[in-house]
Amino acid sequence: MPLTAYLILAALVFAIGLFGVLTRRNAVGILLGIELMLNAVNINLVAFARFRADIGGLVFTMLTIAITVAEVAVGLAIVIAIFRVRRTIEADHLDLLRG
Amino acid sequence: MSRFPVLSVITWMPFIGAVLIMFVARRRPLAVRIIATVTTAISTVLSLGVYVAYDREAALQGTNFQFYEKLSLVPPLGINYELGIDGISLLMVLLTSIIIFAGVFASWTVASRSQEFYALLLALVTGVYGVFVSLDLFVFFLFYELAVLPMYLLIGIWGSSGEVRPRGLFAWAFRETGVGSKEYAAMKLTLYLLFGSAFILVGIFALYVSAGTASFSFLDFEGAALDPSLQRWVFLAFYIGFGILAGIWPLHTWSPDGHASAPTAVSMLHAGVLMKLGAYGVVRLGMGLLPEGAADLAWLVGGVACINVVYGALSAMAQVDLKYVIAYSSVSHMGLVMLGAATLTEAGLNGSVFQMFAHGVMTGLFFALVGLVYEKAHSREIGKMGGFGRVMPGVATAFTVGGLSSLGLPATSGFVAEILTFMGAWRSAYSWWLVPAVAGTFLTAVYVLRVTKQIFWGPPSPHFHHLEDARGTEWVAIVILVSVLVLFGVAPGIALGPVDTATVPLLSRIVEP
Amino acid sequence: MHVGSPALALLVLGLPAASFLLIGVIAPLRRSGRAAAALSVAAIGGALAAAVTMWQSARLPLDGPPPNPSATWSWIPGDGGPMATVGVMVDDLALPMCVLVTFISFLVQVYSYAYLHDEPRPSLGRYYAYQSLFAFSMLGLVLAPGFLQMFVFWELVGVCSYLLIGFWYDRPSAARAAVKAFWITKLGDLGFVAGIVMLWAATGTFDFWTLYGLADSGVLAAVPNLTTIMFLIYLGAVGKSAQFPLHVWLPDAMEGPTPVSALIHAATMVTAGVYMVARAFPLFALTPDVLRLICWIGAFTALLAATMACVETDIKRVLAYSTVSQLGYMMAASGAGDYHASFGHLLTHGVFKALLFLGAGVVIHVFHTNDMFRMGGLFARRPWTGVAFLVGTLALAGIPPFPGFFSKEAILAAVLNGGFRLPFLMLAVTSLLTAFYMFRAVFLVFFGRAHGHAEGHGVPLAMDGVCRLLAAVTVVYGVTLALGGHHGEAPGWLPWVSMLLAAAGIALAWATYQRDIIAPSRLAAALGPIDFMARRRYGLDIVYAGLYRIVLLGLSRTIGWIDRYVVDGVLNVFSAAALRAGDTLRRLQTGQPQDYVYGVAFGVLLLLVWAHLVSP
Repeated sequence: MPLTAYLILAALVFAIGLFGVLTRRNAVGILLGIELMLNAVNINLVAFARFRADIGGLVFTMLTIAITVAEVAVGLAIVIAIFRVRRTIEADHLDLLRG
Repeated sequence: MSRFPVLSVITWMPFIGAVLIMFVARRRPLAVRIIATVTTAISTVLSLGVYVAYDREAALQGTNFQFYEKLSLVPPLGINYELGIDGISLLMVLLTSIIIFAGVFASWTVASRSQEFYALLLALVTGVYGVFVSLDLFVFFLFYELAVLPMYLLIGIWGSSGEVRPRGLFAWAFRETGVGSKEYAAMKLTLYLLFGSAFILVGIFALYVSAGTASFSFLDFEGAALDPSLQRWVFLAFYIGFGILAGIWPLHTWSPDGHASAPTAVSMLHAGVLMKLGAYGVVRLGMGLLPEGAADLAWLVGGVACINVVYGALSAMAQVDLKYVIAYSSVSHMGLVMLGAATLTEAGLNGSVFQMFAHGVMTGLFFALVGLVYEKAHSREIGKMGGFGRVMPGVATAFTVGGLSSLGLPATSGFVAEILTFMGAWRSAYSWWLVPAVAGTFLTAVYVLRVTKQIFWGPPSPHFHHLEDARGTEWVAIVILVSVLVLFGVAPGIALGPVDTATVPLLSRIVEP
Repeated sequence: MHVGSPALALLVLGLPAASFLLIGVIAPLRRSGRAAAALSVAAIGGALAAAVTMWQSARLPLDGPPPNPSATWSWIPGDGGPMATVGVMVDDLALPMCVLVTFISFLVQVYSYAYLHDEPRPSLGRYYAYQSLFAFSMLGLVLAPGFLQMFVFWELVGVCSYLLIGFWYDRPSAARAAVKAFWITKLGDLGFVAGIVMLWAATGTFDFWTLYGLADSGVLAAVPNLTTIMFLIYLGAVGKSAQFPLHVWLPDAMEGPTPVSALIHAATMVTAGVYMVARAFPLFALTPDVLRLICWIGAFTALLAATMACVETDIKRVLAYSTVSQLGYMMAASGAGDYHASFGHLLTHGVFKALLFLGAGVVIHVFHTNDMFRMGGLFARRPWTGVAFLVGTLALAGIPPFPGFFSKEAILAAVLNGGFRLPFLMLAVTSLLTAFYMFRAVFLVFFGRAHGHAEGHGVPLAMDGVCRLLAAVTVVYGVTLALGGHHGEAPGWLPWVSMLLAAAGIALAWATYQRDIIAPSRLAAALGPIDFMARRRYGLDIVYAGLYRIVLLGLSRTIGWIDRYVVDGVLNVFSAAALRAGDTLRRLQTGQPQDYVYGVAFGVLLLLVWAHLVSP
């Protein structure tokens, strides 16, 4: 399979993730969208590493996975904390920073 | 030249006082005042000592900057802690020490948060001293900001609000910005002065880059040959930047609001010394470093100064609030200061420096007295006062002396400054400057005597029978300032001797580049 | 030329200065009143003695070039020699003037002690502090060796005048008069200061002696704008010596205590302008145009003031207008080129006008009013006061052998010899009017029916004694002048004409106010328009009030308004606009993370498009 196919897949996954982030009202859904976007990046990195025989891409991917885990952990923790206080995780209602 | 770092001690003594007040004298008002008095007194005594020890002969030989100190701060950038004093800054340091010493006594009655008040006041004074004595422009700028910034808190917290009725086309803007309140005044003053600082900083960096001296030292810049067109631009930047602080028209409107809202000692210090900082900056950096730029733009400086003189006096006449009258008179007098400098003549520049001193003392006296009157009568509105001469004869006498000095009465410092400015104006390239300068003294006579008559003369008003004359510590500031005003008016040579050693070389670089 | 001792001159100056400093600084001394008075009187007495000694001991070098009569010290230092000096100049002008000033000051200070005995003690102390300051300042002016020092003391006497007119500062009228006097004289001083600064710029010096030398050598004549310069300097004299159109302050200045009027507003300070013109005469001599103007203005002032004196009912104001009128005489003589005549009249006038004012003080003390129409018949009750006042009146009216006759004679001769016909006529008419209004006062106050009722209590000895002494001095002075003979080329008919005019004035006053042969109202009707205008002071007060209220205050209100609502207004508009803009723009911050992500996504898209367009 040519590199293009991987890239198109990654682009599709990224687009789906972005769509999720932009449209979901539930904070958990938004987090899931972000995960998809990160994984799209991972696909790109792995694909490039494979086709250009560069180990750096793999290393980066491992790093990204680690960070993603941490991010999900913190993100979910925040979501739970918000839920405890506000009794909701609907993103529309969380606008404390409105000007 | 002495080994003892006397200029550093003068400069940092108030700062030490501020630190001591914050950490040692918590909630002990008397201790606060004692520390403030002692530290400022040390500075005052030392600056008197420096004044006496200043070697005029050496200055005439070319050793202009005496009591020199140097300490390397950031060697790669050429930033040094470099201090020195010449005839002009000598007088300014003396002025600062007199005003702050009097100011400490004038704010003896500050009741709320007095230790913060004194700490900020003293920190500010360190900034002022630093500006006058530092020879490194980077350090100069740091001190300059230190002198400007505490003002915001001092006015915003301890100030008093007046009333300005929103009227006319822009009434909505007046309502929206809260014109007349102390918060408005503090914000306006700070924004204006920081706006000016930006110009100054740009000017200093432009000098640093173009002179290629790899040092911020004033003495190095003095030797650098700068391109005339660059000189013009940098001079303009300095003129606007420092000019804002000196209250040049039409960028002066921060000063009446600020001075009117500020507490007594702050008004004294601000109108008495800080505005001089602006004029000093124009003379020292503008004229001292950019001779050709100064010569090219003297018409602008002098022309605007003429507007200042007449416009400030007429505005003062129109005011109904006593503090505004004094504040506008500062605008008018700062016009004379700038005018004297713009004449580029020996008499004019000497007059300008002397006017800085004279006006500093005079306006300090005014604000001290107005503070007293306000404290006792709880009113600043001239129309409501009357007949105070009967109940407070001492204050009335001092106010009259200050007023007469401000209209240029001989035997007070104001006269010497004015006559020298006139002499310079007629000898300058634009002799018509004499006309607004002379007209300004008449207008000053009109508003000063009108106010004096309204407040102190006439039948005593029944509302004010309870008033008392100044007492105890309140006398200290008044007596000091009045004596200085008269002493330097009778014997101007005391001040003009050293000043002349600094102004003549400065001018010789401008007139014969 | 006589040259006096500088050391003595410094003593003359120093005594009143020391007295002022002591009274001013030592509060208990000031509050005690009496001690302050004693100190001040002692100081001025010492100064009088020193001045007389200085006059008597003045040298008269016979051969060689005239010596420099001034001793100066540096005052304002400058590069290459002082820019301005202070010192003393003791010459023929300063010597007699010093004696006059100290003599009148001394008498007035003695007189004041009795006159002001009802004042609270601190006020009395304040009064004597001012008096000492005035004596010092006036002497400093007289002894000034240069224009700058003269201006310094010129302003200081102005301030003393301001403070003393406003001595009773509780009275609104006194406060107004004091301020008015200061402003109007200051108006003239603006010209003075501008003139001396211009002269300095042209010659590099303020010193009279150097300037005389430059005038002699012709250097000064080559100065451009010399006429303008001398005109400006003359303006100072216009204000100080109450010349038209700046004379309006002097009548109002009568709000001050009467001894002050005698000293400052009659005998000494107001003559400073005349003294200055005499002092700078070698300079004025180079500008004939200015001299002509001085002469015309002087004569016109003399006539104008005399007409106003004729309709005044306040005794002090009559004397004030007569002072203005006499100052006009002096100025006219200076303008005509004979400053000796002018100076001579200055001296005689100083003596007899002080006498008249101090006499008027006694009269006011007795009647408790200033209105002459509520007085009368005082001669019978206080003949000695009457005689003293009469001596002064005869001197002022110009009757020989009183000193006014001779000095006025010299002035008329000078003006006539100078070729000023119309001014001479004006002065001659003034001479008649002077006799008329002074005798009108005498008849109303001392003779005629007693309209007013004099208070019972007597006049303090000090006041009476001073009046008698001054009357005696006036007579002796006149006799001395008469014996000294004339020194002028007046035509032979002049003395007779002037005596005739004076006699006519006296007769008219007698007929109108003593004998009722002519009703005053008919006399007024006969001179309709002049009477109408004179009563309204020729509308000058209204003009000044209008200028002040409408022009000056109007302008200041406009500027004040512009400053607050336009200059500052524009700034506030900026500031308010910034506040509003912030208020609007903050709505962009919705607080919805997804909105921000939309922004990011859109931004990335834009960057991509841009990168695509830019890169080939």
